[in-house]
Amino acid sequence: MTTTTERPAAAPVPPSRPSPRRAVTATLLRWWRSLTAMRTALVLLFLLAVAAVPGSLLPQRSLSQSQVTRYFSDHPDLAPVLDRFYLFDVFSSPWFAAIYLLLFISLIGCVVPRAIEHARAVFAAPPPAPRHLHRLPDHRSLDSGLDGAATLDVVEEELRVRRFRVVRREGRYGPELSAEKGFLKETGNVVFHLALLALLLGLAGGKLWGYEGSILVTEGDRFCNTFQQYDNYSAGALVDAGDMSPLCVTLDDFKAEYEENLTAASFTADIGYGLAGSASRNTTIGVNSPLRFDGDRVYVTGHGFSPVFSVTFPNGDSFTDISAPFLPAETQTMSSEGALKLPDVPGSDEQLALQGLFAPTGSVQGGVLTSVDPRPLDPQVAVFVYEGYLGLDSGLPQNVYSIDQTQIDRGNLTRIGEANLKVGESTTLADGTVITFSGVKQFAAMQVSHDPGQLWVLGSAIAILVGLLGMLLLRRERVFARTTAGPGGAGTVLDVGALTRGSADTAPRFTALTDDVAAALARRARTEENPRT
Amino acid sequence: MINESLAATSDTLFSVAVGLYSLAVVAFCAELAFGGRTAPARELVAAGGGTVQRPVPAAAGGADDEPARARRWGMVAMALTALGALVQAGVLLTRGLATGRLPWGNMYEFGTAVVLVAVVVYLVLAVRTPALRHIGIFVLAPVVLSMVGIGLFLYASAGPLVAALRSAWLAVHVTTAILGFGIFFVSGIASVMYLVRSRYEAKVAAGEQPMSRIVHRLPGAAALDRTAHRTAVFGFPIWTFAVIAGAIWAESAWGRFWGWDPKETWAFIAWVVYAAYLHARTTAGWRGRPSAWINVVGLGVMVFNLLYVNMVSTGLHSYGGLN
Ligand code: HEM
Repeated sequence: MTTTTERPAAAPVPPSRPSPRRAVTATLLRWWRSLTAMRTALVLLFLLAVAAVPGSLLPQRSLSQSQVTRYFSDHPDLAPVLDRFYLFDVFSSPWFAAIYLLLFISLIGCVVPRAIEHARAVFAAPPPAPRHLHRLPDHRSLDSGLDGAATLDVVEEELRVRRFRVVRREGRYGPELSAEKGFLKETGNVVFHLALLALLLGLAGGKLWGYEGSILVTEGDRFCNTFQQYDNYSAGALVDAGDMSPLCVTLDDFKAEYEENLTAASFTADIGYGLAGSASRNTTIGVNSPLRFDGDRVYVTGHGFSPVFSVTFPNGDSFTDISAPFLPAETQTMSSEGALKLPDVPGSDEQLALQGLFAPTGSVQGGVLTSVDPRPLDPQVAVFVYEGYLGLDSGLPQNVYSIDQTQIDRGNLTRIGEANLKVGESTTLADGTVITFSGVKQFAAMQVSHDPGQLWVLGSAIAILVGLLGMLLLRRERVFARTTAGPGGAGTVLDVGALTRGSADTAPRFTALTDDVAAALARRARTEENPRT
Repeated sequence: MINESLAATSDTLFSVAVGLYSLAVVAFCAELAFGGRTAPARELVAAGGGTVQRPVPAAAGGADDEPARARRWGMVAMALTALGALVQAGVLLTRGLATGRLPWGNMYEFGTAVVLVAVVVYLVLAVRTPALRHIGIFVLAPVVLSMVGIGLFLYASAGPLVAALRSAWLAVHVTTAILGFGIFFVSGIASVMYLVRSRYEAKVAAGEQPMSRIVHRLPGAAALDRTAHRTAVFGFPIWTFAVIAGAIWAESAWGRFWGWDPKETWAFIAWVVYAAYLHARTTAGWRGRPSAWINVVGLGVMVFNLLYVNMVSTGLHSYGGLN
């Protein structure tokens, strides 16, 4: 508010020596005041935006671990330094959290008192007119032929027609009038800022109590919502694994459809789902249409192929229909790479593994297999067969989708064969083991997400928008008027001033108002002179 | 199924629109050349109107003393601009018909739509406030540059949408993002013009005689500032809505409503910058030139978000259609 009210100068207070405790309190109070100033909130918000910049320019672990790894190998000197400042985990870094927290506190400090003040103001009368009306952004002086009270009557009438709340006072500088309208604008402002606060809360809550797990599921397989089963998961600090809903999902069928030019048209998964121990229901989920069930959401985030093999050992034992997901290396053609590990070979201490390439529609040129179409029209594999020690029980974590290169480098694993196979074809190893490429299943990359803050955030976002519209589209106007005796005591001088918040172009409205007042005054003056007309 | 002949029509219309806008630029130049023979120094800059204690916009680029010939050229330019906008709408319409979907599924279409919105916003402003016609060349010249850039570097032939984009939220989220962007585009240009014009007015007020005829014919600084603010106020809720709609879509498409994907991050940054602009406009010490600079930064962020984030960084929003 820029209303200038003149206060009698306060009597000088004799300076007293502040006690140390008072000094500390005063300092804390000063910090609190500056932290909760609107300027600080805006600076913090700006800082949050600036802090987000490196998060969008540098690869982030939360988005792509492999890009971070690549960055480390491309910039071996720089990357560790950046890493020390959490620049690959910007959005979960302590300094990002610190800005977020400070902004949160600052907003509380500046918004809550405003909200309370506004709630009071709604029920209070408009404030008294300022001493110097001519200092207001809009101001006009009019001569009136009526006396002071009658003049203000006219002003009041004009304002009431315009839906102002009007108060008349016998002010220190003459009879005056204060009028106000547009409380909804300020309400919108309060709603906006409170909703911003609520949104930050919901976001933080969702992060603390939310989790996300992802898993590759081959057709016919089933998984349940526990961290042990997921290939990858992330969970908020306050997630209790025992409280996760016992949701289980079976992938019955997966379909990928393509346009003529091989643009992916749709991915759909027919699934069965239900809580462990209760009946299962069926539904179809796909891109843009997840399953929402009991606070959890199940998504299809990708897909691929699991080639199926049969292995028959020289002693007559066999594994039939064993498969492993091969990860797409190229989404255009779905050319995929993967490995199938057989740690328990009957009648042998050696372990066996197949590693290689899968092409849904294969084309072999010069002995090299490539894929030419993402649809499984002519599935082929090109595999290397390894024998030896896979290192699965070495205690070191290893990628389930490839064999451990270090075991090959150490000579623990040796290549004992290779083959390009179409469906139904076999290759026979030197020891008589027969490996058959027997078919293909599809797998879906599925993700289960749980975010208890989500609806809260949505509600806050809508409130932000509503508050914003109210704040931006409405106007709050205050109009003040005062009458004084004209020069030499002849007639009355009416001073009108206005203060508008929220509209750039106030002059025309003010002019319209005062023109109407002037016209009404003139009309009234005429009827008073000759009341018969 | 893509209707190839409609798709070809669309591409032809694109060139026609660029041609019409270029002619409009020429006509705006002619308007400038024939107008403003008066010496700039004669102009009143801040007419301290009797009772109204605020600087009055300087007699809006001398609209009164405008020679008839300049006026005629101005009208021709406006007509060409309007015609160009119609043709450009035809570009999107035919593309939509050719592909049987909303015509904003890749960067080429998105960029074309944003430019169209900007031109329409300019036309609306210029019709409602004739003095604003004089910023025409400064709107149309960037428009032509943008269109040429879009045609050369972002072009993607008419094709079907990838699976992820087949959602009703495409209509909601992308349409509002286009509207917001187009409005901010005009707002940013108005702020640039304000920065130029207010320096000119300061010089005139200081008694210098800057001899820039072009700047002389611009609307007054106050009017430009007001236009920039009004358009930003209009665009901000729309942008807010676009971001919220994007978050809702992301929740159903990507498994979370917000994941600091580069595009999301920059949309947030732009939002903060525009919020800062609106605040600065009402904060003592930030009014005028500092707040105008924030608006210009805002436009820079929007353009960066479109170009850099789609073309250089990789994220989930890689629907640019550029490989
Ligand atoms: C410390 C806390 C804050 C306070 C006390 C505060 C106060 C205000 C006030 C008084 C206005 C009205 C301006 C006017 O019409 O004169 C306003 C407007 C606004 N505030 Fe805040 N604000 C704060 C933080 C924020 C933050 C963090 C944002 C985030 C984006 C924000 C966004 C806005 C927007 C967009 C407007 C509309 C500006 C306009 O009316 O043109 N505010 N705020």
